[in-house]
Amino acid sequence: MAEVLVLVDHVDGAVRKPTLELLTIARRIGEPVAVHLGAGADTAASTLGEYGATRVLAADAPEFGGYLVVPKVDALEQAVEAVGPVAVLVPSSAEGKEIAARLAVRLGSGLITDAVDLEAGDDGPVATQSAFAAAFTVKSRVTNGVPVITVKPNSAAPEAASAAGAVEPLEVSFGDAAKGTKVVSRTPRESTGRPELTEAAIVVSGGRGVNGAENFHVVESLADSLGAAVGASRAAVDAGWYPHTNQVGQTGKTVSPQLYIAAGISGAIQHRAGMQTSKTIVAINKDAEAPIFDLVDYGVVGDLFQVLPQLTEEVESRKG
Amino acid sequence: MKIVVCVKQVPDTASEKALRSEDSTLDRDAVDAVMNEMDEFAVEEALQLAERTDGEVTVLLMGPDQGTETIRKALSMGAHKGIHVVDDALHGSDAVATSAVLAAALASEEGAGGAYDLIILGSEASDARTSLVPAMLAERLGLPQLTFAQKVDTDGANVTVERLTDYGHDVVTSGLPAVVSVVEKINEPRYPSFKGIMAAKKKPVSTLDLGDLGLDAAEVGAAGAWSKVEDFAVRPPRTTGELVKDEGDGGKQLVSFLASRKLV
Ligand SMILES: Cc1cc2nc3c(=O)[nH]c(=O)nc-3n(C[C@H](O)[C@H](O)[C@H](O)COP(=O)(O)OP(=O)(O)OC[C@H]3O[C@@H](n4cnc5c(N)ncnc54)[C@H](O)[C@@H]3O)c2cc1C
Ligand SMILES: Cc1cc2nc3c(=O)[nH]c(=O)nc-3n(C[C@H](O)[C@H](O)[C@H](O)COP(=O)(O)OP(=O)(O)OC[C@H]3O[C@@H](n4cnc5c(N)ncnc54)[C@H](O)[C@@H]3O)c2cc1C
Repeated sequence: MAEVLVLVDHVDGAVRKPTLELLTIARRIGEPVAVHLGAGADTAASTLGEYGATRVLAADAPEFGGYLVVPKVDALEQAVEAVGPVAVLVPSSAEGKEIAARLAVRLGSGLITDAVDLEAGDDGPVATQSAFAAAFTVKSRVTNGVPVITVKPNSAAPEAASAAGAVEPLEVSFGDAAKGTKVVSRTPRESTGRPELTEAAIVVSGGRGVNGAENFHVVESLADSLGAAVGASRAAVDAGWYPHTNQVGQTGKTVSPQLYIAAGISGAIQHRAGMQTSKTIVAINKDAEAPIFDLVDYGVVGDLFQVLPQLTEEVESRKG
Repeated sequence: MKIVVCVKQVPDTASEKALRSEDSTLDRDAVDAVMNEMDEFAVEEALQLAERTDGEVTVLLMGPDQGTETIRKALSMGAHKGIHVVDDALHGSDAVATSAVLAAALASEEGAGGAYDLIILGSEASDARTSLVPAMLAERLGLPQLTFAQKVDTDGANVTVERLTDYGHDVVTSGLPAVVSVVEKINEPRYPSFKGIMAAKKKPVSTLDLGDLGLDAAEVGAAGAWSKVEDFAVRPPRTTGELVKDEGDGGKQLVSFLASRKLV
């Protein structure tokens, strides 16, 4: 059966959820072969096998952490040569998209980015993309070379399907460009213990209606009761109430969770651009005319400082 | 220091979009066109670096005739000259082709044979939002990439960038020339002054077509695209579900709704 390469997103062998989604999607078009770059392949292999990876091609070298993007492109290119896959799937993270971009140019391949769904087709995999703030759904296909496709988080529910997950070493030789951009330092964001915004199943966002950094705890408490990530509108970010990394929208992150809760957010088109593909949308706003209500499944017209704490309390009490 | 800024003209986000039924590309005539917002930050950063190093800023744009307006805007902000790649065959280009055209324009005579120290781009265009072009351009030019920069420093031989990542921030460094893309946190773009607008009218803009770049029409545009739209559908607009007014039990009603959808 044809093989599909899946680039693994991991932290020292701890596999991130979007990779499990990719393995699930990859099985629709062939047998997944995982490519694990960096430390921890043996740890990762059991998880990767559990989700359907027949093989895990592993390489570790200081270049992967010490330089930007290109060393991973070198490795993936060599994995493509070794395997001859029907497609290469990469997580749609900022880094994943850059790896895919450079790989596509090198392979002379077409690239489809930010796919939200993927199915087998007569002429190769057909990807679904969502365009222009989700106003359109587009189905596209790569017509040249080995298709390189980046897939957005939350595009599928990970499904286990046991496979061998056999670790095989991948020999990588680095080109001249590999050491082009040196990493001087990496500063991880302070851990909040909450899920990653773009990967979270539930997102609770606050806007200008939250009215101050000191009030954001009402949003955070609700998020914590739901195991959710916290987002913010640009108005809240520009006012300095919440970090830029949490901004949802056209110039922030695009999220597509099972549930999006907008509190004190009016629903400007640029905000919608980042959350409109959420499966269920809920809003709390004291203005019944707020445009956010045009797209909600359920809306409460009221003061967020009354509604959110009550909601948090109810969620907690249901947990028993 | 010689700097090129790549700027894209995009439909104003606030306007309604339509896709052409013939070829599934954006109907650009139907919407107002503006400079991609992120590219204003790229132009500003280029101008600031040029001011510090007594440098020169060239604006490079690929796009239809009306793209001239966007080039003029960058010139009125203070950029020195423009290169406009315009050719009917470019319509429908994918990111792979776009990066090939930009690379060819940089290598051309008007592009000073690629003799640039820095190439600055926005980190994302607001219409397609792929963020692919900066990395692809770096690959094609064989140059280091320093993307998603929120701070750029250079001593004329090296460039150091503080960049936003998915999980925090990095400091990265490379030699020059290099490709840099910027995020909106980096600066506050200036407004063109009246004097700037008048001066822009006299600044040189060279117009290049595919022939000038030695590219074949079959390699670019919809004809040369390596990915193909098979089908598109207008997503049905979301409709308002249930709206309730909070009478003291809004939170409780909300939780019942969430429970009905198995979300709590
Ligand atoms: C090029 C460009 C890019 C942009 N990118 C983004 C982006 O990425 N993300 C983004 O979010 N925005 C973006 N914007 C900004 C966007 O246009 C809006 O200005 C912004 O989303 C507004 O944020 P907001 O809804 O929090 O604030 P507002 O529009 O001021 O809305 C606040 C809402 O809170 C409600 N409210 C107030 N108090 C309470 C209370 N106590 N209880 C309940 N409700 C209350 C009000 O009724 C109001 O509806 C962009 C704009 C431009 C021009
Ligand atoms: C909805 C949609 C989805 C698409 N998906 C894909 C896809 O999956 N794969 C694919 O290959 N193509 C895709 N395209 C085509 C792609 O958007 C165009 O090729 C576009 O020219 C480059 O991508 P971008 O606008 O996303 O640029 P980005 O990579 O987001 O732009 C980053 C920066 O590159 C510079 N830049 C970009 N375009 C130009 C230009 N024309 N002139 C000068 N500088 C420029 C600007 O500085 C800009 O800020 C898609 C287009 C649409 C409308």
